[in-house]
Amino acid sequence: MAYSANYEKPGFSKKPRTSFLRIVLFIFVLGFVLIWLLPVFGAVLTAIRSMDDLVTNGFWSLPKSISFQYFTEAWTRGLLGKYLFNSFAITIPALAGTLFLSSLCGYALSSYRFKGNFLIYIIFVAGMMLPFQLLIMPVFRISNVLKIYDTYFGLIMIHMAFQLGFCTFFLRNFMKTVPPQLAEAARIDGCSEFGIYSRIYLPLSLPAIAAVGTLEFTWIFNDYLWALVLLKNNDLKPVTTGLSTLQGQYYTSWNVLVAGSLIAAIPTVIVFIFLQRYFIEGLTMGSSR
Amino acid sequence: MIQKKSTIWLFLGIPLILYIIWVIGPAIYTMYLSFTRWDGLSSPVFSGFYNYRLLLDDPVFIKSLMNNIKWLIIFIIVPVTLGLSIALILNKNIRGEKFFKAAIYSPMILSPAVIGLIWGWIYQPAGGLLNTTLTAVGLKGLTGGWLSNPNQVLYCIIAAAVWRHSGYVMILYLTGLKGIPKDVLEAASIDGAKGWDLFFRILFPLLKPSTIIVIVVTIIGSIRAFDMVNIMTQGGPYNSSNVLGNFMYIEAFKNYRMGYGAAIAVILFLIMFMFIVIYLRQILKSER
Repeated sequence: MAYSANYEKPGFSKKPRTSFLRIVLFIFVLGFVLIWLLPVFGAVLTAIRSMDDLVTNGFWSLPKSISFQYFTEAWTRGLLGKYLFNSFAITIPALAGTLFLSSLCGYALSSYRFKGNFLIYIIFVAGMMLPFQLLIMPVFRISNVLKIYDTYFGLIMIHMAFQLGFCTFFLRNFMKTVPPQLAEAARIDGCSEFGIYSRIYLPLSLPAIAAVGTLEFTWIFNDYLWALVLLKNNDLKPVTTGLSTLQGQYYTSWNVLVAGSLIAAIPTVIVFIFLQRYFIEGLTMGSSR
Repeated sequence: MIQKKSTIWLFLGIPLILYIIWVIGPAIYTMYLSFTRWDGLSSPVFSGFYNYRLLLDDPVFIKSLMNNIKWLIIFIIVPVTLGLSIALILNKNIRGEKFFKAAIYSPMILSPAVIGLIWGWIYQPAGGLLNTTLTAVGLKGLTGGWLSNPNQVLYCIIAAAVWRHSGYVMILYLTGLKGIPKDVLEAASIDGAKGWDLFFRILFPLLKPSTIIVIVVTIIGSIRAFDMVNIMTQGGPYNSSNVLGNFMYIEAFKNYRMGYGAAIAVILFLIMFMFIVIYLRQILKSER
């Protein structure tokens, strides 16, 4: 069995009970995970059956027939396709903007000594913990005044601005680990300050940018409150508030509702599957140091 | 390296201005608004502590606050214990650890709207996963109205939130555990420490930094709660599942009592403020 390979690992205890314990734990965790993911499995199984089938036979029965039409229904008449497009139209620019601006901030805060450096850093850090409720009314008003209420741009602006807090915190701390000698050497060679940022710090920070970018993509994509407050037009809604509309439209057809939810979940799931490493790095570097 | 002012402004200028206009300014303005009465259309009218006095007498406010407190207590007990236990188990190098980690964490990447709809289906009285499963295993007596039952609805929503939050706690503890050198634990067990003893007197104290972060994000998460409540029940039935975050939104944007809503937001913020400070101090401790 593969457990024999563990004898090579340092610190491995040679008590025979340990192998048994590992098997038991494995089975326990496997069982736990299966139950844990039951809502997701259940949703998939429900989204492919007809309401007739579900209502008459219940969930724990073999499906009479399987069909993907409810996904299509959610996509077309349920407008999930449009909502998904909107989500991306909002998330991508906001993400790019906040990553760029916070890399500028992070660079300056980590590399330059000046009065107010720490204060500005604290302002960004404190801001990221503010509850949205403390901001929604003035931001609503500002968006109206700037005539960006009920537009993509209004949402892009608030996301870009708000996420500056966490991203600056994150990138500044990462950039602090870049040896200042690199910048010194570049300066002696006549490199401009912006050159030092773009040619030294930015490339070196790519792993951190990837990590925080993955997190931010998920957070911005999954936002509900701002979309609720700053958008009225159903055609512009992202999937989060779009699902609310879907709920009103298909109130009794939960197969379409869960199909819609699953469609809405796909982008973040894909990001998670492929960029998982960055995701977890982002979470742990940012929260527990 | 001390820099020229103009260089600093080149880098900090735009982000700082944006941040002040969209985040810091609004926060301060909302605090001001809480001392006014405003319907969103005409001008705000200064009214001192009027909104706050009104809040203290408002049964919906009391109910929402109580719900937040229940949420907070459950959140501190359940996801933390669950997350820590799973982290401890997964830390033992089980096969498939990466997969299990991802699976348990995955609810966190789902939008609360998605979770709200899926759990809304689970809680459907007729045909939802929960009632159907209970009936199928012979526990028909335990079925209920769930989201339509005022006594159960809050706990149902909290359960969905726990499902989402526990993975996050697990990740935080896993990171903390990986930071504990193996020889410390080995030395302790050679000295005779075993099982619960080992855990409570050695391991858990060593996890204190992680625990602080976990507690703070858990508390902040429970007080901030809005999305799931709004999607699943809008605070109903009859405010039995209302929480401060949702209450504030409804007062400000549905009832047009913006000053009142601002007061609720300020109270929400003040409750969180204590924990924000603790969190900041923990972050800064690892700074210096």
